[in-house]
Amino acid sequence: MAPTPARAAAAAVHSLLHRTRCAPLHPLLSLHGSGDPANVAGVKPGDDELDVAIVGGGMVGLAVACALSNMPLTKHLRVAIIDSNPALKSRGYLKKDGVPDSRVSTVTPATISFFRDIGAWEHILQQRHAFFGKMQVWDYTGLGYTRYNARDVCKEYLGCVVENKVLCNSLLLRLQEQKEDIEKMIYPTRLVSLAFPSKSRQGTAGLKSPSTEADSTGHTSEALRSSNLVKLDLSDGQTLYSKLVIGADGSKSNVRQTAGIKTSGWSYPQSAIICTVEHIAENDTAWQRFLPSGPIALLPVGDNFSNIVWTMSPKEASHHKSTSPEEFLKSVNHALDFGHGPHPNSSSLDRYMERLFSGIGDTAASTQECFEVPPKAIGLISDRMAFPLSLMHSHDYVSKGLALVGDAAHTVHPLAGQGVNLGFGDAAALANVISEGVSVGADIGDLSLLSRYEKDRKAANVAMAAVLDGFQKMYSVDFGPLNVLRAAAFHGAQFISPLKKNIISYAIGDSKSPLFS
Amino acid sequence: MLHRVAPSLRRALASSTALLRGAPLPSPHAQWRPCASAAASASSSSLPPPPPQGPPRHGGGGSSTSSLNPAEVAKFASIAETWWDSQGPFKPLHLMNPARLSFIRSTLCRHFRRDPYSAKPLEGLKLIDVGCGGGILSEPLARMGATVTGIDAGDENIKIAHIHAASDPTTASIEYCCTTAEDLVKENRQFDAVISLEVIEHVDNPLEFCKSLSALTVPNGATVLSTINRSMRAYATAIIGAEYILRLLPIGTHEWSKLVTPEELVLALQRASISVEEMSGFVYNPFTQGWSLSDDISINYIAYGIKKSETPSTISQ
Repeated sequence: MAPTPARAAAAAVHSLLHRTRCAPLHPLLSLHGSGDPANVAGVKPGDDELDVAIVGGGMVGLAVACALSNMPLTKHLRVAIIDSNPALKSRGYLKKDGVPDSRVSTVTPATISFFRDIGAWEHILQQRHAFFGKMQVWDYTGLGYTRYNARDVCKEYLGCVVENKVLCNSLLLRLQEQKEDIEKMIYPTRLVSLAFPSKSRQGTAGLKSPSTEADSTGHTSEALRSSNLVKLDLSDGQTLYSKLVIGADGSKSNVRQTAGIKTSGWSYPQSAIICTVEHIAENDTAWQRFLPSGPIALLPVGDNFSNIVWTMSPKEASHHKSTSPEEFLKSVNHALDFGHGPHPNSSSLDRYMERLFSGIGDTAASTQECFEVPPKAIGLISDRMAFPLSLMHSHDYVSKGLALVGDAAHTVHPLAGQGVNLGFGDAAALANVISEGVSVGADIGDLSLLSRYEKDRKAANVAMAAVLDGFQKMYSVDFGPLNVLRAAAFHGAQFISPLKKNIISYAIGDSKSPLFS
Repeated sequence: MLHRVAPSLRRALASSTALLRGAPLPSPHAQWRPCASAAASASSSSLPPPPPQGPPRHGGGGSSTSSLNPAEVAKFASIAETWWDSQGPFKPLHLMNPARLSFIRSTLCRHFRRDPYSAKPLEGLKLIDVGCGGGILSEPLARMGATVTGIDAGDENIKIAHIHAASDPTTASIEYCCTTAEDLVKENRQFDAVISLEVIEHVDNPLEFCKSLSALTVPNGATVLSTINRSMRAYATAIIGAEYILRLLPIGTHEWSKLVTPEELVLALQRASISVEEMSGFVYNPFTQGWSLSDDISINYIAYGIKKSETPSTISQ
């Protein structure tokens, strides 16, 4: 017998551990892998059987489809989008002339890098969009203001304002590039009903007798399908079967209601008016002023146009919707300028604070910037739209064969422009989880796989919703000591550079938590 | 020299070398070893019953040479219905599955020179899952494109596996048989990759089992085994912690003396003409309730080896 085979074996074992172990697959690396067909030899799935059915072809639904078609592990999956919106049939870029739509979204750098990864950002650059690198926030008391600059965190821009229809169109264009059979992928109908797989597969209670075992091999395909796949009934009479249904159908989600998922939340006693206005020159800053009844925001959308999001009580909203355009413009300029309170002045307190905190950390550029008055709106060029605001959060994002993304799972206050960015974060996370599942051969409708998506996103979404809700409540009360507290918060955010950088990093999606970086 | 090797393995090694020298065999009965209690229902901590008088383990006997212990098989038969209940007694296995599969995927892709970013990297390969149970491992392997055969000694397990796999067209093609590795060797079947996870700690004769696995592998094919290390940490976590305290597994599922250390596994596989190329450990994160691969092989570990191509292995007859 060889001397010390045990020791030799032990040495062999320990040397094995120093070899490179399998690195986790980075799902978004687009290598040109061999496009394997989706069916195993001999077993062809029917035309009505899908892997993923996305109900809702809005921004977030299209983002999920685009992400799945872009990743090597998931691009072979049979995906369908169910939405009757005729815009899904368009081809080509939207023209830049014409009035910018009032429905716009501010996309954060985190979302921009997601769009770059899935290849849709280049299409947005060909259509109307507006980067901005500066932001100013103040309130009606005139006691303080905060300016943010992208240079504070060494970035070129804080975000980009894009019309919602441009976002949708860019995602659609990318999908058209990836999939030749895009016509078959989009079902221009509505979902009527859903039937989820029966529970009998989870732990067969009692062993089957031999006779039923013979049956199971000769089961009708209908019974087999119902035990494994979700059944979707569409309004044009078609029936589809899918391993996974993704509910991306907005805040009044049909899918969520059919699945019986409960939600928590409350309506805010506020509505938002949105419209597009024109300036003399280009606007390059995002402005937000907190008024007693709600914030008014002025966001650049490109050329000389800006988008207004004005939150106020529902009564005031219906009043402002019905006034003449000139009256409305006057009240907008009044609200942004001297209305309800004075401009913040640079007082000796400010200069003192600036000197005191300039030693802490690297000084951010915007601590030196003075208060500026926003540009005047000279023309109202779109219709005014009003819609109510509410906070909503689903108790569950997933169940067997089902996942909710975007507004279907959560809605937040628009005061920080985060809503759709949370939705895109959901889309990216869900696509990654599906890709991980495919890499280990899992059933993509499996609850334990989908729960990973839920765990990841729930924490982030709840945190953001709580922060925004906190802001909304803090700014809705006109109470002396609270006003001073808010002023102190403004001063802190303006002059304490590390705090300012933390806030910016959280808002642009670079860090997951507002406090601990 | 061999003092770190378990007595059972030491005896098995001694008997195999003795055979080569033509010396008479020592007594095969493992009377010294505390034996497994019968079924999971017997969760008492009283004195274990005397060991079953199995057939004498000398060469030549046809079907009597088996590395299976009927008592061990019975342990799993009683909870067979709960295989696919991801919250039931097999929850730890379900939780561990993604980590095991990522190791298998990574090593087999490298071994067979497959594209790791393909959705079906194991297309065209014949795999066998020895000790497949309810098919928890076989189904994902089939979804990765492999032609899978799953075998288990428990008839109830095979029935459950068959029924569950039938509902998905991708997994309906898995061939399930209620048989043992030794029987398949007699049928001269061979596979590109032989996978046997969490089985070797339940067999009576680990060396024989390794030889059977080796015989089932084509020359230059891959063999993957996983088991629990026989260490104090494993005793504390996998047996005391998992079975007695947290009640994640039925009491008696694992017996410390039957656990195999990595060194012993490498030795046994070497004797079976398989050279172990990679080994990885698993660690459990109680906060995320997930398993991940790691360098720590002190509790759970998985090993991948390549069957040598020159000398085809033979079962010691």
